[in-house]
Amino acid sequence: MFEIFGIPSQALFGQLLIGLINGSFYALLSLGLAVIFGMLNIINFTHGAQYMLGAFCAYFVLTYAGLNYWFALVIAPIVVGATGVVIERVFLQWLYKLDHLYGLLLTFGLALVIEGVFRNYFGSSGLPYRVPDALQGGQNLGFMFLPNYRAWVVAFSLVVCLATWYLIERTRLGAYLRAATENPTLVRAFGINVPRMITLTYGFGVGLAALAGVMAAPIYNVSPQMGADLIIIVFAVVVIGGMGSIMGAIVTGFGLGVIEGLTKVFFPEASNTVIFVIMAIVLLIRPAGLFGRGT
Amino acid sequence: MKRLLGFAAIAAAIGCAPAHAQFTDGIIKIGVMNDMSGLYADLTGPGSVVAAQMAVEDSGAAAKGLKVEVVGADHQNKPDIGSNVVRQWIDRDKVDVIVDVPTSSVALAVTEIVKEKNKVFLVSGAAASDLTGAKCSPNTIHWTYDTWALANGTGNAIVKTGGDTWFFLTADYAFGHALERDTAAVVEKNGGKVLGKVRHPFPGTDFSSFLLQAQTSKAKIIGLANAGGDTINSIKQAAEFGITKGGQNLAGLLVFISDVKALGLPIAQGLIFTEAWYWDMNDTNRAFAKKFAERNKGIYPSMIHAGVYSAVTHYLKAVSDLKSDGDGKAVVAKMKAMPTDDKLMGKGTVRADGRKIHPMYLFEVKKPQESKGPWDLYKLRATIPADQAFRPIGEGKCPLVGG
Repeated sequence: MFEIFGIPSQALFGQLLIGLINGSFYALLSLGLAVIFGMLNIINFTHGAQYMLGAFCAYFVLTYAGLNYWFALVIAPIVVGATGVVIERVFLQWLYKLDHLYGLLLTFGLALVIEGVFRNYFGSSGLPYRVPDALQGGQNLGFMFLPNYRAWVVAFSLVVCLATWYLIERTRLGAYLRAATENPTLVRAFGINVPRMITLTYGFGVGLAALAGVMAAPIYNVSPQMGADLIIIVFAVVVIGGMGSIMGAIVTGFGLGVIEGLTKVFFPEASNTVIFVIMAIVLLIRPAGLFGRGT
Repeated sequence: MKRLLGFAAIAAAIGCAPAHAQFTDGIIKIGVMNDMSGLYADLTGPGSVVAAQMAVEDSGAAAKGLKVEVVGADHQNKPDIGSNVVRQWIDRDKVDVIVDVPTSSVALAVTEIVKEKNKVFLVSGAAASDLTGAKCSPNTIHWTYDTWALANGTGNAIVKTGGDTWFFLTADYAFGHALERDTAAVVEKNGGKVLGKVRHPFPGTDFSSFLLQAQTSKAKIIGLANAGGDTINSIKQAAEFGITKGGQNLAGLLVFISDVKALGLPIAQGLIFTEAWYWDMNDTNRAFAKKFAERNKGIYPSMIHAGVYSAVTHYLKAVSDLKSDGDGKAVVAKMKAMPTDDKLMGKGTVRADGRKIHPMYLFEVKKPQESKGPWDLYKLRATIPADQAFRPIGEGKCPLVGG
């Protein structure tokens, strides 16, 4: 076994892999944010709360309906996405023409309300949720023990991320969407129902957050503040990647996960700050973000 | 204006005439400050306010003609916010005693302010043993537990059963550092060795990186010098990464009943840790827990809640004996002079350095098949007698202790 900067290579490979796993959550969440910002011009601060709702939904589905993780993976995004549709119809649709700040304040307020309600009913310590039976155990890779569940998380979120990218950048539906954000009036003139498309896009972005929440439930503590802890980092990821850039969100999500993982080895105390340091540097050098189109 | 002032003076003179003239503004005001909304909210939080209110009701203060009021505030685990609340409480709202205050960094800030303002500070939630060590104060009593007691109880038990090499996962703030320091001392005193440590940001979410470092260290015991949600996530993820199956064991240095509940017995079973109080130990505790849960959304009391009850009870006895709550130092001196006795924590004493002395208990989490109800979680492994449970008074380097 050899050493790199005084750290055994074995430990380093393990940390890289763990970084990738955490990165997949960042990627999945920042992807939803990027889709919503790119298509709706709304900075969705409720995203963390919606991720939390996804995890709670998985818990409810298991406890009250007896349906396991795999059902939750389908049900939670649909249910939480539907609440997103309601939020868009009732609140957000009135804000598109206003400054970004209004959307930000509204969604931030909603996040506080949702988290507060859940804390009131379920307390702050959280609820237990088990790893599904099919994914119990793990593989010994020689340099680390990789739980099957984590391997599944990386693979599945990579598939979801790439599918989303393909949907928006390479299909006809995606083309309509992108056109509708550039010039909604013209797209409507072609007979396409733009408001409905926007509503469904928000629902889809929220569904992605809920999906990440279900995937997080067996690993992290299912608690009302689980989203609040994560959302700030995810925003930094989106800013670094470039607001609204789909591929940017995916690549920076995974990349920053890895960088954070390495920081946890070399200077663990700074692992919460490293992403913000990178954000500050990126903003100084490339204000539009690494993958953003400069304005 | 003059007339108004005169009127106010007369009103004040009349108002102050009755027997409780010595109580500042006629009311004994108890300020319960803790984490009302974050990761420590279930083990302290609104439950501590309920516990303080129950102590007031049971004390018979109203029958003695004392007016007692309990107020609560959220310090969000931030020393600056906590300091502001306490200053405002004391200067503007005439709060006489600050109770609970988990999160050691906040408690250490508050103890300074309370000393400066000469009020009383009864710590139940915070753990750093510095509160009765180098940072001790004539206005502060550390009630329920501290890092030394936890380290001593859990550390001793584990080292003596063969867990002699340790790796620490430490929350990177005053509490984590104190707990790590005190536990390392116990481990080394018993002939064990500390192989390494990693300090994680507080609060954290993903501990797998840190756990992996602990795994590579090959230490027999991974000591979790953190609390609340951080401990829950560490234990959950350690199970996931097969750490316990690989022959390493976890030592939860500070585990609360709400943590065990959140983990669920299948994951938490077999965990050993030290606490000051458990609801299912006798009939009085059970009756209290039942009443408490009815008023606290069904959540059973933690040892911190019991500590708040016990501390407030003793405080009210002291001020009603003194017939005054104005001079914080005098109240604390009185509390130290009187032996403590309440229905939850039994008989005890308060030492010169401000340490409340009572037995501590070593618990083990039950197996799922042993548990008879949703809150039936612990079994008692050992009782650590009061005279051995806390740091000997000479070792704390508290300036209040002569010699």
